[in-house]
Amino acid sequence: MARPNWVPAGTDLDKPNAARVYDYYLGGSHNFEVDRQMARRAIELWPDLPMIMRANRAFLRRATQYVAAEGISRFLDIGSGIPTFGAVHEVAREYRPDARVVYVDMDPVAVAHSRLILADEDLCWIVDADLRNTDDLLARPEVEDLLAPGEPVAVILNAVMHFVTEDDGPEKILAKLREALPSGSALILSHASLEGRPDQAGAHQDLYRSTPTPLTMRTREQITAMFDGFDLVEPGVVYLPEWRPDDDATVGPHPERMTGMAGVGRLS
Amino acid sequence: MSEAAAPGNGFHAAWAAMLRTGHGAAVRPGVLNPLIARTAELLHRAAQEHPFRPDLAGQVGALLIDNHFTDPQLLADAVQLIQSQPVPDDRGPALSGAFAAGWAAALRERTLREQEAIRLAADTARQEVEKALRASEARFRALFESAAIGIGLGDTDGNILAVNRALGDIFGGGPEDMQGVRVNDLVHPEDTPGVWEAYEELISGKREYFQFDKPYYRRDGEVVWTHLTVSLIRDDDGSPLYQVAMLEDVTDRYRLQERLRHQATHDPLTGLPNRAAFFERLERLFESPEPDARFGLCYVDLDGFKVVNDSLGHDMGDQLLTVVAGRLESALTPLGHLVARLGGDEFVVLLENCRGEQEAVAAAKTVLAALTKPVVIGDHRLAVGASVGVLERRIASTTPGAAVRAADLTLYRAKEAGRGRWTLFDPKENARAVSRYAVSVRMPTALDRGEFFIDYQPMIDLSNGAMTGVEALVRWRHPQLGVLGPEEFVGVAEETGLIMPLGRWVLEQACEQAAEWVAAFGDRAPKLSVNLAVRQARNAGLVADIERVLRTTGLDPSMLQLEITESTVVGPEDEALKALHALVDMGVSLAVDDFGTGWSNLAYLRDLPVSNLKIAGSFVGDLHDPAKDTHLGWRIVSGLVSLAHTLGLSVTAEGVESRADAERLRLMGCDLAQGWHFGRPVRPAEIARRIAEADPERAAGTAPGAGPEGVDRRHAPDAAADGKHHPAVSAPEFAAEPEIAPRGDDER
Repeated sequence: MARPNWVPAGTDLDKPNAARVYDYYLGGSHNFEVDRQMARRAIELWPDLPMIMRANRAFLRRATQYVAAEGISRFLDIGSGIPTFGAVHEVAREYRPDARVVYVDMDPVAVAHSRLILADEDLCWIVDADLRNTDDLLARPEVEDLLAPGEPVAVILNAVMHFVTEDDGPEKILAKLREALPSGSALILSHASLEGRPDQAGAHQDLYRSTPTPLTMRTREQITAMFDGFDLVEPGVVYLPEWRPDDDATVGPHPERMTGMAGVGRLS
Repeated sequence: MSEAAAPGNGFHAAWAAMLRTGHGAAVRPGVLNPLIARTAELLHRAAQEHPFRPDLAGQVGALLIDNHFTDPQLLADAVQLIQSQPVPDDRGPALSGAFAAGWAAALRERTLREQEAIRLAADTARQEVEKALRASEARFRALFESAAIGIGLGDTDGNILAVNRALGDIFGGGPEDMQGVRVNDLVHPEDTPGVWEAYEELISGKREYFQFDKPYYRRDGEVVWTHLTVSLIRDDDGSPLYQVAMLEDVTDRYRLQERLRHQATHDPLTGLPNRAAFFERLERLFESPEPDARFGLCYVDLDGFKVVNDSLGHDMGDQLLTVVAGRLESALTPLGHLVARLGGDEFVVLLENCRGEQEAVAAAKTVLAALTKPVVIGDHRLAVGASVGVLERRIASTTPGAAVRAADLTLYRAKEAGRGRWTLFDPKENARAVSRYAVSVRMPTALDRGEFFIDYQPMIDLSNGAMTGVEALVRWRHPQLGVLGPEEFVGVAEETGLIMPLGRWVLEQACEQAAEWVAAFGDRAPKLSVNLAVRQARNAGLVADIERVLRTTGLDPSMLQLEITESTVVGPEDEALKALHALVDMGVSLAVDDFGTGWSNLAYLRDLPVSNLKIAGSFVGDLHDPAKDTHLGWRIVSGLVSLAHTLGLSVTAEGVESRADAERLRLMGCDLAQGWHFGRPVRPAEIARRIAEADPERAAGTAPGAGPEGVDRRHAPDAAADGKHHPAVSAPEFAAEPEIAPRGDDER
């Protein structure tokens, strides 16, 4: 059954929002004072944050390039937020001009923003859905159309699974996504981790408690387990800069400072 | 100056490196590489070309912003790099300045643009929400307005704020008629008890919802029955905010139900409650009676009704019954008694909360008085009389089935005694009547038909509350009379000689059961006590019989106690005495049952090889008879206990029905006790369950039966000594068996 047409939640602009805070870390201005207050506080406690977010963005770019070069032209970007620059369809089209992308977010403001920027795009769609309500998400017409032909689809879970708590059952969500994917599909996933800077994890998670999307940082083992059923592409689950760098020099001497972990898996 | 002359390679490489790190890592090569080339070229031209065009450097700044190089650190790095590059004509500062200005101006534009975009997005999202809200409100309004169920919204002060059309219909008006009405105005005299308490709890936030069938007055004064559900709505902080009532008109259903119920419970001819209704009331009375609550029954049968029916016709008979019913009802209902028609010309009067025999007898007299005047039907003056059987008992002492049966038999005694009179229930007469009417005839075949079975009543060690024994009590599931207790048929069995095969059967069955418990529970199995009838004791084959039974069942003789009565042995030369000694030599123990009820020759008692004395239940029972001297009663019991102890016998008190009595008996030194306080006779499975529950391993802290009835362990020195918590006196929660016979002394 389709979900009832309830009034959407999350339009409370008095609360910081993960998508807009992320935009601020990346130097964007798609944010409000309440978002900036929280972001400044976070950076004060952990000055590496903007750098980490940039590393995450760079991973997304490299991973998208990778799967596009591998021939995938269908993308499902869940938790797309406010794609300030380097949106998935822009990156993918460099390799696959026919690339189609369905963006998914649950924040009504992010969705409205995406709709504004994607207004002129023929092969891009934005869906207002909640990853945790996976069945509903997969039943949306745009998502169904993307999956229907049976061509490989790259699902992007870029810095979003850490907003799924253990109570929400992350493994169940991933299993449902995996089951819906045609063979040859890919999973691109990055995740805030407890590795690298365990000293920062507590305070940072505390900050996100005031948002509608509390943060759950996980261990490398837990993050690797999210690829269950997928074949991990080399080099596996690693710190953000370590995943297939453009050249070795860009990894830098301390990739663990980027704390986030990422990987790409393929469905045989 | 070679570098200055050729700023190309070194600068270009540094510039490219700068743009590739940081944010640049996130920019796709297809964008980044041309950007590096283009900006480097523009900078080169700005540095070298004539005339000097600082705006080219400004364009570089703007290009970087366009590609989201918004990090201020980049500006610092870029200016530093540009400054480090030697340029002609002292263009350096102007070049850097123009670059910085171009970057800043573009950033400002970009910032404003993005702020505009996000604000627009936020507004759009908000409008979407408002649109959804409006749609949602319209949907809910439609739902509210056109719902078939009555819905009303009120505040927690009881003011009705809004009601829908269906609710207005239920009350026989429009929604506007409910305006200004308060919930508390809607009281109806037939409101289910508890509905307003539930309402108060709801509006004060103590409960979330309640459901009742509730009547209301319609505007036209008619009563409408509704199925009412009221729910509480709280605000964000959880404080009660509104109440929502949903009402479904169930008047038709209710009326039908009422009619069906009336039909099911009333006699269509006389309008009196029928047999089913009477039994329902009676059984409800027995559900959880107060310990001393009493009840009375008057069983009424018209004298000579058959003659009227046969000679004047059924129609006349029916009219007569209707008049009689009316008279009985108007005479007895005002006294608070229930009059029911059981069928034919049989009526019954039920006295709940009866104060004693006098009241029951008074009711019987009222019945007879009501029927003294002849009944005039048409031209006939019919003189009707009636016979009444009166039963008045403590509720806890009997069961509905047994009581009705006893009242019925008492009625027959009244009939036999000459009609037009009442007769009071007499236990002995009752037993005689039972045997006379139904027992003796059927009994010989009953054993073969498997109509007998055995219940077991717990015997409790008063010092620690443990169930150390059980008494086997034979029952007869009589096809017509229901379950009969031993006191109702053992007499006949003795007279007819059937006691021999029956007694043997009981021994075999009980010993087999006891051996089973020993196998299952080891030394926690209870010792078995079996009644031995006089005739059994005098039978020459007794010892051999018991030896055989013990051998075949494997029960250790020390686990068997036989209960004999005082009259079993009549003199020192009695043959029976030898048999008893033989049994004791075998390891079986003996107890004197019902001690104090027979003619006891204490001298013989000394010679009997018994080890236990069971004080008849009537002694303890009398302690609660208001007509008897309680103080004297206790002294008799106390005397019996010390007499027994003097003779070296242990004492079992029967018929213990309260904790207080149990405690008093314990303090008196009484060793064992049985009675309803400790458990009624029950099926063997129930005994097994009780043994299992008393497992000391599992029972630590939750000792068996250590309910609220348990006695403080301070009074139980033995319990303290073995370090385990044994309640000195405990009242197990036994489910009363579905039907048991009127209680005889041997099972109290």
